Amino acid sequence: MEFTGADFIRGMSLLGAGLAMGLGAIGPGVGEGFAAGKACEAIGRNPEEAGLLTRTMLVGQAVSESTGIYSLVVALLLMFVI
Amino acid sequence: MEWDSTIWISAASYFGAGCAIGFGAIGAALGEGYTAGKANENLSYRPEMSGDVLKTMLVGQAVAESAAIFALVVSMLLLFGGAAGDNAFHGIKYLAAGLAAGLSAVGSGIGAGYPAGKACESMVRQPAASSQITLMMLIGSAVTQTPAIFGLVVAMMLIFAGMAIEGALDMWKFLAAGLVAGLSAVGSGIGSGLPAGQACEGLGRHPETRGQLMLLMLVGSAITQTAAIFGLVIAFLLMFVDFGGSPYYPYWAALLGAGLSTGLAAMGPGAGGGIVGAGACDAVARNPESQRPVMTTMLVGIGTTQSTLIYGFLVSLLLLFGSFSESANYVPSFSLLGAGLAMGFGGIGPGIGEGITGGYAVRQVGRLPERATLLTRTMLVGQAVSESTGIYSLVVALLLIINV
Repeated sequence: MEFTGADFIRGMSLLGAGLAMGLGAIGPGVGEGFAAGKACEAIGRNPEEAGLLTRTMLVGQAVSESTGIYSLVVALLLMFVI
Repeated sequence: MEWDSTIWISAASYFGAGCAIGFGAIGAALGEGYTAGKANENLSYRPEMSGDVLKTMLVGQAVAESAAIFALVVSMLLLFGGAAGDNAFHGIKYLAAGLAAGLSAVGSGIGAGYPAGKACESMVRQPAASSQITLMMLIGSAVTQTPAIFGLVVAMMLIFAGMAIEGALDMWKFLAAGLVAGLSAVGSGIGSGLPAGQACEGLGRHPETRGQLMLLMLVGSAITQTAAIFGLVIAFLLMFVDFGGSPYYPYWAALLGAGLSTGLAAMGPGAGGGIVGAGACDAVARNPESQRPVMTTMLVGIGTTQSTLIYGFLVSLLLLFGSFSESANYVPSFSLLGAGLAMGFGGIGPGIGEGITGGYAVRQVGRLPERATLLTRTMLVGQAVSESTGIYSLVVALLLIINV
Protein backbone atom coordinates (compact mmCIF):
# COMPACT_ATOMS: atom_id res chain seq x y z
CA MET A 1 0.00 0.00 0.00
CA GLU A 2 1.32 3.39 -0.99
CA PHE A 3 1.48 5.96 1.82
CA THR A 4 2.01 9.42 0.41
CA GLY A 5 2.63 12.69 2.16
CA ALA A 6 -0.69 14.10 0.98
CA ASP A 7 -2.41 11.08 2.56
CA PHE A 8 -0.68 11.84 5.84
CA ILE A 9 -1.88 15.45 5.86
CA ARG A 10 -5.38 14.32 5.00
CA GLY A 11 -5.28 11.73 7.71
CA MET A 12 -4.10 14.14 10.39
CA SER A 13 -6.66 16.73 9.26
CA LEU A 14 -9.47 14.22 9.61
CA LEU A 15 -8.16 13.06 12.97
CA GLY A 16 -8.01 16.69 14.07
CA ALA A 17 -11.56 17.19 12.82
CA GLY A 18 -12.68 14.23 14.87
CA LEU A 19 -10.98 15.52 18.02
CA ALA A 20 -12.29 19.03 17.46
CA MET A 21 -15.90 17.92 17.24
CA GLY A 22 -15.63 15.13 19.76
CA LEU A 23 -14.06 17.15 22.53
CA GLY A 24 -16.02 20.23 21.56
CA ALA A 25 -19.29 18.41 22.12
CA ILE A 26 -18.58 17.71 25.77
CA GLY A 27 -19.03 21.23 27.12
CA PRO A 28 -22.26 22.23 25.40
CA GLY A 29 -23.76 18.84 26.20
CA VAL A 30 -23.17 19.13 29.92
CA GLY A 31 -23.76 22.87 30.15
CA GLU A 32 -27.03 22.89 28.22
CA GLY A 33 -28.20 19.89 30.18
CA PHE A 34 -27.62 21.71 33.44
CA ALA A 35 -29.47 24.75 32.09
CA ALA A 36 -32.42 22.63 30.99
CA GLY A 37 -32.57 20.83 34.32
CA LYS A 38 -32.60 24.08 36.24
CA ALA A 39 -35.31 25.36 33.90
CA CYS A 40 -37.46 22.36 34.72
CA GLU A 41 -36.92 22.97 38.41
CA ALA A 42 -37.81 26.63 37.95
CA ILE A 43 -40.98 25.83 36.02
CA GLY A 44 -41.95 23.32 38.67
CA ARG A 45 -41.62 26.06 41.23
CA ASN A 46 -43.46 28.69 39.14
CA PRO A 47 -45.55 27.13 36.33
CA GLU A 48 -47.24 30.37 35.24
CA GLU A 49 -43.93 31.78 34.10
CA ALA A 50 -43.19 28.81 31.86
CA GLY A 51 -42.96 31.01 28.76
CA LEU A 52 -40.38 33.38 30.22
CA LEU A 53 -38.38 30.56 31.77
CA THR A 54 -38.31 28.50 28.58
CA ARG A 55 -37.24 31.56 26.58
CA THR A 56 -34.44 32.33 29.02
CA MET A 57 -33.35 28.71 28.94
CA LEU A 58 -33.13 28.76 25.15
CA VAL A 59 -31.14 32.02 25.12
CA GLY A 60 -28.69 30.68 27.66
CA GLN A 61 -28.38 27.37 25.86
CA ALA A 62 -27.75 29.19 22.59
CA VAL A 63 -24.75 30.96 24.09
CA SER A 64 -23.43 27.66 25.40
CA GLU A 65 -23.97 26.14 21.96
CA SER A 66 -21.78 28.77 20.34
CA THR A 67 -18.53 27.06 21.27
CA GLY A 68 -19.90 23.81 19.94
CA ILE A 69 -20.61 25.59 16.66
CA TYR A 70 -17.03 26.87 16.56
CA SER A 71 -15.85 23.26 16.91
CA LEU A 72 -18.24 22.15 14.16
CA VAL A 73 -17.00 24.89 11.84
CA VAL A 74 -13.36 23.97 12.42
CA ALA A 75 -14.17 20.28 11.93
CA LEU A 76 -15.98 21.01 8.65
CA LEU A 77 -13.11 23.23 7.52
CA LEU A 78 -10.67 20.44 8.24
CA MET A 79 -12.79 17.91 6.41
CA PHE A 80 -13.82 19.82 3.30
CA VAL A 81 -11.71 22.91 2.86
CA ILE A 82 -8.19 22.04 3.93
CA MET B 1 9.50 8.13 5.61
CA GLU B 2 11.18 10.69 3.42
CA TRP B 3 8.68 13.45 2.86
CA ASP B 4 8.98 17.14 2.28
CA SER B 5 9.03 19.04 5.59
CA THR B 6 5.89 20.98 4.65
CA ILE B 7 3.89 17.76 4.86
CA TRP B 8 4.82 17.15 8.49
CA ILE B 9 4.31 20.80 9.38
CA SER B 10 0.91 21.01 7.72
CA ALA B 11 -0.27 17.77 9.27
CA ALA B 12 0.78 18.87 12.74
CA SER B 13 -0.80 22.31 12.24
CA TYR B 14 -4.15 20.89 11.23
CA PHE B 15 -4.16 18.37 14.05
CA GLY B 16 -3.21 21.14 16.45
CA ALA B 17 -6.06 23.29 15.15
CA GLY B 18 -8.48 20.49 15.95
CA CYS B 19 -7.03 20.10 19.45
CA ALA B 20 -7.18 23.85 20.08
CA ILE B 21 -10.88 24.30 19.47
CA GLY B 22 -11.74 20.83 20.75
CA PHE B 23 -10.34 21.45 24.22
CA GLY B 24 -11.13 25.16 24.13
CA ALA B 25 -14.84 24.62 23.64
CA ILE B 26 -15.23 22.47 26.75
CA GLY B 27 -14.73 24.96 29.55
CA ALA B 28 -16.62 27.91 28.12
CA ALA B 29 -19.70 25.82 27.33
CA LEU B 30 -19.71 24.24 30.80
CA GLY B 31 -19.45 27.63 32.47
CA GLU B 32 -22.08 29.23 30.24
CA GLY B 33 -24.48 26.35 30.79
CA TYR B 34 -24.07 26.69 34.55
CA THR B 35 -24.80 30.42 34.24
CA ALA B 36 -27.91 29.80 32.17
CA GLY B 37 -29.17 27.23 34.63
CA LYS B 38 -28.67 29.45 37.66
CA ALA B 39 -30.28 32.40 35.86
CA ASN B 40 -33.35 30.34 35.10
CA GLU B 41 -33.57 28.84 38.55
CA ASN B 42 -33.63 32.24 40.16
CA LEU B 43 -35.88 33.80 37.56
CA SER B 44 -38.61 31.50 38.83
CA TYR B 45 -38.49 33.34 42.15
CA ARG B 46 -38.77 36.80 40.65
CA PRO B 47 -39.92 36.72 37.03
CA GLU B 48 -40.24 40.49 36.92
CA MET B 49 -36.44 40.81 37.08
CA SER B 50 -36.04 38.97 33.79
CA GLY B 51 -34.53 41.98 32.02
CA ASP B 52 -31.75 42.53 34.55
CA VAL B 53 -31.04 38.87 35.09
CA LEU B 54 -30.84 38.18 31.37
CA LYS B 55 -28.41 41.08 30.95
CA THR B 56 -26.14 39.85 33.72
CA MET B 57 -26.34 36.30 32.41
CA LEU B 58 -25.32 37.36 28.92
CA VAL B 59 -22.49 39.58 30.14
CA GLY B 60 -21.15 36.83 32.37
CA GLN B 61 -21.41 34.29 29.57
CA ALA B 62 -19.54 36.69 27.28
CA VAL B 63 -16.58 36.74 29.68
CA ALA B 64 -16.62 32.95 29.79
CA GLU B 65 -16.73 32.87 26.00
CA SER B 66 -13.55 34.91 25.68
CA ALA B 67 -11.35 31.94 26.57
CA ALA B 68 -12.97 29.89 23.82
CA ILE B 69 -12.47 32.79 21.41
CA PHE B 70 -8.72 32.75 22.17
CA ALA B 71 -8.70 29.06 21.32
CA LEU B 72 -10.69 29.67 18.13
CA VAL B 73 -8.25 32.40 17.05
CA VAL B 74 -5.30 30.05 17.52
CA SER B 75 -7.21 27.34 15.67
CA MET B 76 -7.81 29.65 12.70
CA LEU B 77 -4.18 30.76 12.72
CA LEU B 78 -3.11 27.14 12.59
CA LEU B 79 -5.51 26.35 9.75
CA PHE B 80 -4.89 29.37 7.56
CA GLY B 81 -1.83 31.13 8.94
CA GLY B 82 0.60 29.45 6.60
CA ALA B 83 2.68 27.31 8.92
CA ALA B 84 6.27 27.16 7.80
CA GLY B 85 9.63 26.02 9.03
CA ASP B 86 13.11 24.95 8.01
CA ASN B 87 12.64 21.30 8.75
CA ALA B 88 9.93 18.80 9.53
CA PHE B 89 10.39 19.11 13.29
CA HIS B 90 8.87 22.60 13.26
CA GLY B 91 5.45 21.03 12.99
CA ILE B 92 5.52 20.17 16.68
CA LYS B 93 5.51 23.87 17.57
CA TYR B 94 2.11 24.27 15.92
CA LEU B 95 0.71 21.19 17.59
CA ALA B 96 1.99 22.46 20.94
CA ALA B 97 0.43 25.88 20.29
CA GLY B 98 -2.91 24.19 19.72
CA LEU B 99 -2.58 22.25 22.98
CA ALA B 100 -1.54 25.35 24.95
CA ALA B 101 -4.43 27.49 23.74
CA GLY B 102 -6.98 24.69 23.95
CA LEU B 103 -6.19 23.29 27.38
CA SER B 104 -5.77 26.68 29.04
CA ALA B 105 -9.29 27.67 27.98
CA VAL B 106 -10.83 24.77 29.91
CA GLY B 107 -10.25 26.26 33.32
CA SER B 108 -10.99 29.86 32.47
CA GLY B 109 -14.32 29.04 30.89
CA ILE B 110 -15.54 27.16 33.94
CA GLY B 111 -14.02 29.76 36.25
CA ALA B 112 -15.84 32.64 34.57
CA GLY B 113 -19.16 30.85 34.31
CA TYR B 114 -19.40 30.06 38.01
CA PRO B 115 -19.39 33.69 39.27
CA ALA B 116 -21.85 34.66 36.54
CA GLY B 117 -24.31 32.03 37.72
CA LYS B 118 -23.87 33.01 41.36
CA ALA B 119 -24.32 36.68 40.40
CA CYS B 120 -27.69 35.91 38.77
CA GLU B 121 -28.68 34.02 41.91
CA SER B 122 -27.56 36.88 44.14
CA MET B 123 -29.30 39.59 42.14
CA VAL B 124 -32.64 37.91 42.62
CA ARG B 125 -32.07 37.53 46.34
CA GLN B 126 -31.10 41.21 46.68
CA PRO B 127 -32.42 43.26 43.74
CA ALA B 128 -31.25 46.55 45.26
CA ALA B 129 -27.62 45.44 44.99
CA SER B 130 -27.89 44.25 41.37
CA SER B 131 -25.43 46.69 39.84
CA GLN B 132 -22.84 46.11 42.58
CA ILE B 133 -23.17 42.37 42.17
CA THR B 134 -22.72 42.61 38.42
CA LEU B 135 -19.61 44.75 38.94
CA MET B 136 -18.15 42.25 41.42
CA MET B 137 -18.85 39.46 38.93
CA LEU B 138 -17.09 41.30 36.13
CA ILE B 139 -14.00 42.04 38.20
CA GLY B 140 -13.84 38.51 39.50
CA SER B 141 -14.30 36.82 36.14
CA ALA B 142 -11.73 39.10 34.54
CA VAL B 143 -9.08 37.60 36.84
CA THR B 144 -10.12 34.10 35.78
CA GLN B 145 -9.18 34.87 32.19
CA THR B 146 -5.51 35.42 33.11
CA PRO B 147 -4.52 31.74 32.78
CA ALA B 148 -6.16 31.58 29.34
CA ILE B 149 -4.14 34.65 28.37
CA PHE B 150 -0.96 32.91 29.54
CA GLY B 151 -1.88 29.96 27.33
CA LEU B 152 -2.58 32.28 24.42
CA VAL B 153 0.77 34.05 24.89
CA VAL B 154 2.66 30.75 24.82
CA ALA B 155 0.68 29.62 21.77
CA MET B 156 1.48 32.87 19.95
CA MET B 157 5.14 32.57 20.83
CA LEU B 158 5.22 29.01 19.55
CA ILE B 159 3.58 30.02 16.28
CA PHE B 160 5.34 33.30 15.59
CA ALA B 161 8.58 33.57 17.55
CA GLY B 162 10.54 31.52 15.07
CA MET B 163 12.45 29.47 17.59
CA ALA B 164 14.96 27.15 16.04
CA ILE B 165 14.56 23.40 16.11
CA GLU B 166 17.78 21.59 15.38
CA GLY B 167 17.07 17.98 16.09
CA ALA B 168 14.56 15.47 17.30
CA LEU B 169 15.18 16.39 20.95
CA ASP B 170 13.92 19.94 20.42
CA MET B 171 10.55 18.50 19.36
CA TRP B 172 9.97 17.23 22.87
CA LYS B 173 10.82 20.50 24.55
CA PHE B 174 8.22 22.41 22.51
CA LEU B 175 5.60 19.72 23.00
CA ALA B 176 6.26 19.82 26.74
CA ALA B 177 6.08 23.64 26.70
CA GLY B 178 2.66 23.52 25.08
CA LEU B 179 1.42 20.89 27.51
CA VAL B 180 2.64 22.67 30.63
CA ALA B 181 1.25 26.03 29.55
CA GLY B 182 -2.12 24.45 28.84
CA LEU B 183 -2.45 22.08 31.78
CA SER B 184 -1.24 24.43 34.51
CA ALA B 185 -3.83 27.01 33.51
CA VAL B 186 -6.75 24.66 34.14
CA GLY B 187 -6.52 24.61 37.92
CA SER B 188 -5.91 28.34 38.26
CA GLY B 189 -8.77 29.16 35.93
CA ILE B 190 -11.28 27.16 37.95
CA GLY B 191 -9.72 28.25 41.23
CA SER B 192 -9.97 31.96 40.49
CA GLY B 193 -13.65 31.64 39.72
CA LEU B 194 -14.56 30.13 43.08
CA PRO B 195 -13.83 33.19 45.30
CA ALA B 196 -15.50 35.42 42.71
CA GLY B 197 -18.68 33.35 42.79
CA GLN B 198 -18.74 33.20 46.55
CA ALA B 199 -18.13 36.97 46.73
CA CYS B 200 -21.16 37.55 44.50
CA GLU B 201 -23.25 35.33 46.75
CA GLY B 202 -21.95 37.08 49.86
CA LEU B 203 -22.72 40.47 48.38
CA GLY B 204 -26.30 39.39 47.87
CA ARG B 205 -26.65 38.29 51.46
CA HIS B 206 -24.80 41.22 53.03
CA PRO B 207 -24.43 44.16 50.65
CA GLU B 208 -22.73 46.30 53.30
CA THR B 209 -19.61 44.09 53.24
CA ARG B 210 -18.71 45.06 49.71
CA GLY B 211 -15.27 46.48 50.49
CA GLN B 212 -14.04 43.50 52.49
CA LEU B 213 -15.44 41.04 49.96
CA MET B 214 -13.71 42.78 47.08
CA LEU B 215 -10.40 42.70 48.93
CA LEU B 216 -10.58 39.05 49.91
CA MET B 217 -11.82 38.00 46.48
CA LEU B 218 -8.95 39.78 44.73
CA VAL B 219 -6.30 38.51 47.14
CA GLY B 220 -7.64 34.97 46.97
CA SER B 221 -7.91 34.97 43.16
CA ALA B 222 -4.49 36.57 42.73
CA ILE B 223 -2.68 34.01 44.88
CA THR B 224 -4.43 31.22 42.97
CA GLN B 225 -2.67 32.46 39.83
CA THR B 226 0.64 31.12 41.21
CA ALA B 227 -0.06 27.75 39.67
CA ALA B 228 -0.46 29.22 36.18
CA ILE B 229 2.63 31.40 36.69
CA PHE B 230 4.80 28.44 37.68
CA GLY B 231 3.54 26.65 34.58
CA LEU B 232 4.40 29.68 32.47
CA VAL B 233 7.93 29.76 33.92
CA ILE B 234 8.51 26.11 33.04
CA ALA B 235 7.09 26.75 29.55
CA PHE B 236 9.55 29.62 29.02
CA LEU B 237 12.45 27.54 30.34
CA LEU B 238 11.51 24.74 27.98
CA MET B 239 11.19 27.06 25.01
CA PHE B 240 14.31 29.13 25.49
CA VAL B 241 16.93 26.96 27.17
CA ASP B 242 19.22 25.29 24.70
CA PHE B 243 19.33 21.54 25.16
CA GLY B 244 21.23 21.03 21.95
CA GLY B 245 24.18 19.14 23.32
CA SER B 246 22.22 16.60 25.30
CA PRO B 247 21.77 13.01 24.17
CA TYR B 248 18.32 12.06 22.85
CA TYR B 249 18.02 9.15 25.24
CA PRO B 250 17.06 9.92 28.01
CA TYR B 251 16.60 13.67 27.55
CA TRP B 252 13.40 13.32 25.50
CA ALA B 253 11.77 11.86 28.58
CA ALA B 254 13.38 14.40 30.91
CA LEU B 255 11.88 17.29 28.94
CA LEU B 256 8.44 15.70 28.59
CA GLY B 257 8.48 14.70 32.24
CA ALA B 258 9.45 18.23 33.26
CA GLY B 259 6.44 19.59 31.42
CA LEU B 260 4.02 17.04 32.85
CA SER B 261 5.34 17.38 36.40
CA THR B 262 4.45 21.05 36.77
CA GLY B 263 1.57 20.96 34.31
CA LEU B 264 -0.37 18.24 36.08
CA ALA B 265 0.70 19.17 39.62
CA ALA B 266 -0.53 22.73 39.12
CA MET B 267 -4.11 21.56 38.60
CA GLY B 268 -4.72 20.62 42.22
CA PRO B 269 -3.25 23.63 44.05
CA GLY B 270 -4.80 25.99 41.53
CA ALA B 271 -8.30 24.74 42.28
CA GLY B 272 -7.56 24.15 45.97
CA GLY B 273 -6.39 27.70 46.55
CA GLY B 274 -9.65 28.87 45.05
CA ILE B 275 -11.67 26.69 47.43
CA VAL B 276 -9.94 28.36 50.39
CA GLY B 277 -10.52 31.81 48.88
CA ALA B 278 -14.20 31.03 48.42
CA GLY B 279 -14.46 30.01 52.06
CA ALA B 280 -12.84 33.29 53.08
CA CYS B 281 -15.30 35.35 51.06
CA ASP B 282 -18.20 33.43 52.59
CA ALA B 283 -16.79 33.94 56.09
CA VAL B 284 -16.28 37.67 55.79
CA ALA B 285 -19.71 38.21 54.23
CA ARG B 286 -21.36 36.66 57.26
CA ASN B 287 -19.06 38.37 59.79
CA PRO B 288 -17.29 41.47 58.46
CA GLU B 289 -15.45 42.12 61.73
CA SER B 290 -13.56 38.87 61.31
CA GLN B 291 -11.73 40.12 58.23
CA ARG B 292 -8.28 40.15 59.80
CA PRO B 293 -8.20 36.58 61.20
CA VAL B 294 -10.00 35.33 58.10
CA MET B 295 -7.39 36.92 55.84
CA THR B 296 -4.56 35.42 57.88
CA THR B 297 -6.07 31.96 57.89
CA MET B 298 -6.85 32.22 54.19
CA LEU B 299 -3.26 33.13 53.37
CA VAL B 300 -1.91 30.28 55.50
CA GLY B 301 -4.43 27.87 54.03
CA ILE B 302 -3.69 28.81 50.42
CA GLY B 303 0.03 28.73 51.16
CA THR B 304 -0.06 25.11 52.26
CA THR B 305 -2.14 24.05 49.26
CA GLN B 306 0.56 25.40 46.96
CA SER B 307 3.12 23.02 48.47
CA THR B 308 2.59 20.22 45.96
CA LEU B 309 2.86 22.79 43.19
CA ILE B 310 6.32 23.63 44.52
CA TYR B 311 7.25 19.94 44.62
CA GLY B 312 6.11 19.61 41.01
CA PHE B 313 8.15 22.67 40.07
CA LEU B 314 11.18 21.26 41.88
CA VAL B 315 10.95 17.95 40.06
CA SER B 316 10.58 19.84 36.77
CA LEU B 317 13.75 21.81 37.48
CA LEU B 318 15.63 18.64 38.40
CA LEU B 319 14.52 17.02 35.16
CA LEU B 320 15.39 20.07 33.10
CA PHE B 321 18.79 20.84 34.57
CA GLY B 322 19.97 17.51 35.90
CA SER B 323 22.76 15.89 33.97
CA PHE B 324 21.90 12.44 32.72
CA SER B 325 24.43 10.38 30.85
CA GLU B 326 23.53 8.89 27.51
CA SER B 327 21.64 5.69 28.06
CA ALA B 328 22.16 2.41 26.34
CA ASN B 329 18.52 1.37 26.38
CA TYR B 330 15.03 2.70 26.99
CA VAL B 331 14.92 2.12 30.73
CA PRO B 332 16.31 5.48 31.98
CA SER B 333 13.96 7.35 29.64
CA PHE B 334 10.90 5.71 31.11
CA SER B 335 12.28 6.20 34.59
CA LEU B 336 12.43 9.95 34.05
CA LEU B 337 9.03 10.07 32.38
CA GLY B 338 7.66 8.11 35.31
CA ALA B 339 9.18 10.66 37.69
CA GLY B 340 7.38 13.46 35.90
CA LEU B 341 4.06 11.61 35.95
CA ALA B 342 4.49 10.60 39.60
CA MET B 343 4.91 14.13 40.83
CA GLY B 344 2.48 15.49 38.28
CA PHE B 345 -0.49 13.35 39.20
CA GLY B 346 0.61 13.23 42.81
CA GLY B 347 0.25 16.96 43.15
CA ILE B 348 -3.42 17.05 42.21
CA GLY B 349 -5.06 15.29 45.13
CA PRO B 350 -3.31 16.98 48.07
CA GLY B 351 -3.83 20.36 46.43
CA ILE B 352 -7.60 19.91 46.22
CA GLY B 353 -7.91 18.15 49.57
CA GLU B 354 -5.93 20.76 51.48
CA GLY B 355 -8.01 23.37 49.74
CA ILE B 356 -11.23 21.75 50.97
CA THR B 357 -9.80 21.63 54.50
CA GLY B 358 -8.78 25.28 54.31
CA GLY B 359 -12.17 26.27 52.97
CA TYR B 360 -14.02 24.76 55.91
CA ALA B 361 -11.45 26.06 58.42
CA VAL B 362 -11.63 29.62 57.22
CA ARG B 363 -15.43 29.55 57.29
CA GLN B 364 -15.30 28.60 60.96
CA VAL B 365 -12.76 31.36 61.66
CA GLY B 366 -15.39 33.73 60.35
CA ARG B 367 -17.92 32.35 62.79
CA LEU B 368 -15.49 32.20 65.76
CA PRO B 369 -12.67 34.68 65.18
CA GLU B 370 -11.45 34.37 68.76
CA ARG B 371 -10.70 30.68 68.16
CA ALA B 372 -8.70 31.38 65.03
CA THR B 373 -5.46 29.95 66.43
CA LEU B 374 -7.09 26.64 67.36
CA LEU B 375 -8.80 26.41 63.99
CA THR B 376 -5.64 27.25 62.07
CA ARG B 377 -3.69 24.66 64.05
CA THR B 378 -6.31 21.99 63.33
CA MET B 379 -6.33 22.99 59.68
CA LEU B 380 -2.55 22.66 59.43
CA VAL B 381 -2.51 19.26 61.13
CA GLY B 382 -5.23 18.01 58.84
CA GLN B 383 -3.51 19.40 55.76
CA ALA B 384 -0.25 17.78 56.79
CA VAL B 385 -1.87 14.36 56.74
CA SER B 386 -3.32 15.12 53.32
CA GLU B 387 0.16 16.11 52.22
CA SER B 388 1.48 12.63 52.91
CA THR B 389 0.70 11.16 49.52
CA GLY B 390 2.21 14.25 47.93
CA ILE B 391 5.41 13.55 49.83
CA TYR B 392 5.34 9.89 48.74
CA SER B 393 5.01 11.06 45.14
CA LEU B 394 7.93 13.43 45.58
CA VAL B 395 10.07 10.67 47.09
CA VAL B 396 9.21 8.26 44.29
CA ALA B 397 9.92 10.93 41.68
CA LEU B 398 13.28 11.74 43.26
CA LEU B 399 14.20 8.04 43.47
CA LEU B 400 13.27 7.58 39.81
CA ILE B 401 15.47 10.52 38.85
CA ILE B 402 18.43 9.59 41.01
CA ASN B 403 18.42 5.93 40.10
CA VAL B 404 18.79 6.62 36.39
